[in-house]
Amino acid sequence: MASRRRLINRIPGRAAMVLLGLLPFALALMAYLIASDLRLSANPNDKLLPSLASMGESLKRVALEPERRSGEIILWVDTLASLRRLGIGVGLSALGALLVGIGIGVIPYLRALGAPLVGALAMIPPMAVLPILFIAFGLGELSKVVLIVFGITPFMIRDLALRAGELPREQLVKAQTLGASTWQLILRVALPQLLPRLMDAVRLSLGAAWLFLIAAEAIAATEGLGYRIFLVRRYLAMEVIIPYVIWITLLAVLIDLLLRGVSRWWFPWARGATA
Amino acid sequence: MSLLSIRRLWKHYGEQVVLENLNLEFQAGEFCTLVGASGCGKSTFLRLLLSQETPNRGEILLDGAPLPPEPGPERGVVFQRYSVFPHLTVEDNVILGWEFGEARWLGRRFGGQRRRLREAAADTLRAVGLFDARHRYPAALSGGMQQRLAIAQALVLKPRVLLLDEPFGALDPGIRADMHELILNLWRDTGMLILMVTHDIREGFELGTRVLVFDRVRLDRHAPDAYGATVTYDIPLTRSRPARLLEAVSAATARTERFRAGTPAPAATVPPQAVE
Repeated sequence: MASRRRLINRIPGRAAMVLLGLLPFALALMAYLIASDLRLSANPNDKLLPSLASMGESLKRVALEPERRSGEIILWVDTLASLRRLGIGVGLSALGALLVGIGIGVIPYLRALGAPLVGALAMIPPMAVLPILFIAFGLGELSKVVLIVFGITPFMIRDLALRAGELPREQLVKAQTLGASTWQLILRVALPQLLPRLMDAVRLSLGAAWLFLIAAEAIAATEGLGYRIFLVRRYLAMEVIIPYVIWITLLAVLIDLLLRGVSRWWFPWARGATA
Repeated sequence: MSLLSIRRLWKHYGEQVVLENLNLEFQAGEFCTLVGASGCGKSTFLRLLLSQETPNRGEILLDGAPLPPEPGPERGVVFQRYSVFPHLTVEDNVILGWEFGEARWLGRRFGGQRRRLREAAADTLRAVGLFDARHRYPAALSGGMQQRLAIAQALVLKPRVLLLDEPFGALDPGIRADMHELILNLWRDTGMLILMVTHDIREGFELGTRVLVFDRVRLDRHAPDAYGATVTYDIPLTRSRPARLLEAVSAATARTERFRAGTPAPAATVPPQAVE
């Protein structure tokens, strides 16, 4: 019997939810397979839409077998190099954003001093200063990390300063009536409440961080996920590029899940649980 | 000498006069309730006492000395909301004031020192009925429990003055009655001066040993901001609860509320259809 409820009130069940979520993926995969099959049957040497088998083969080559010249397993070398750059860059950004953001958010003199500067820095397109970074810091690891830091820190500072400014006035007054100094107030009241916000800011910035990482690797690197993609592009090696893109996506999703889990585990009070 | 003295105090924001010419003396051990229509400066007065704001004219003396220019431990406070720290458990909320005093750099005690403070907080937690909930975070507490925690937190530092800004305004009537009993008991045990802002005139008359009515004496349609509020009634409630005064205060407050709302001049009698 047809349900007479409005569309906005019809909620899928658990199984339907999973199936609906998978449906677009399945459709996209199917469309790819059909298109790939059509092109390959017309021209077996077609490079544009490689078959699953050829992608699997190339994946096996980069992920399981050592490369003949260097003896290294390319996928792992690339992954480690990229994750290291990403980790250092995002970690430094988070640390800097926390320090500067709390200062700007809590101390009026620091806000007057720093807020306009951060606002201006956030408006500079990071990719436009990449050449400056390469000139100033060389083509090594440093400029890639600095690009990530430059790209995401202003946003995170503004986010955290905003959140710190949103701490209820009542809490700050209450802490003072309990005898807190500015430093104690920052350490015991502002900082712990901003850490979950920082985790959120990191999660939101990760997409941008990947963008800057891959851009920097594409231009100057000797290993890394972005470097590899842009290297094999010269040979139209779609059977490498597509698995790499999927792998990067998978890494991003895993990091996001990890951060969410850590945030829930470390900050149970944010969900109203008991200690 | 009075514990707290207000001398010729004026507060205005630009052209808008909020409080005009307040002169008040408060003694230790008084439970003073501040009632009046909204916008009559009760909360502004409390913020002035907290040093969250500064008077434009006049002075506030605590123990004969000018009030410190920023909030401090001699004046405890409980707000209607956001008074407790959501990231600390109940017992850690209570010991926070002690930790600030003992650990200058970290503001935090560890190990045995921390256990000692937690044990010292047990009596206070029992007094406000939160001992069994001491490991919970505020988000897992009801509104009444959160306010009891806020009171306990403010009391451990034994402030000279406790300022309450509509502390029970958001609570259910039944819970309110419990809270009244709790705050009266704590007040009798500590002998501190309590100043409580409330929107509920009846609550003010029930709890206080003294009721201050904030009201605007001059209501001018053409210059609504030109005149501020002052204390129109200063009622000591030593023995009897004067029912007629309560009515008079209610009527005066209602008149000012209507003025603020911009409704026409109040009729002499209430029309019958408005009576339930």
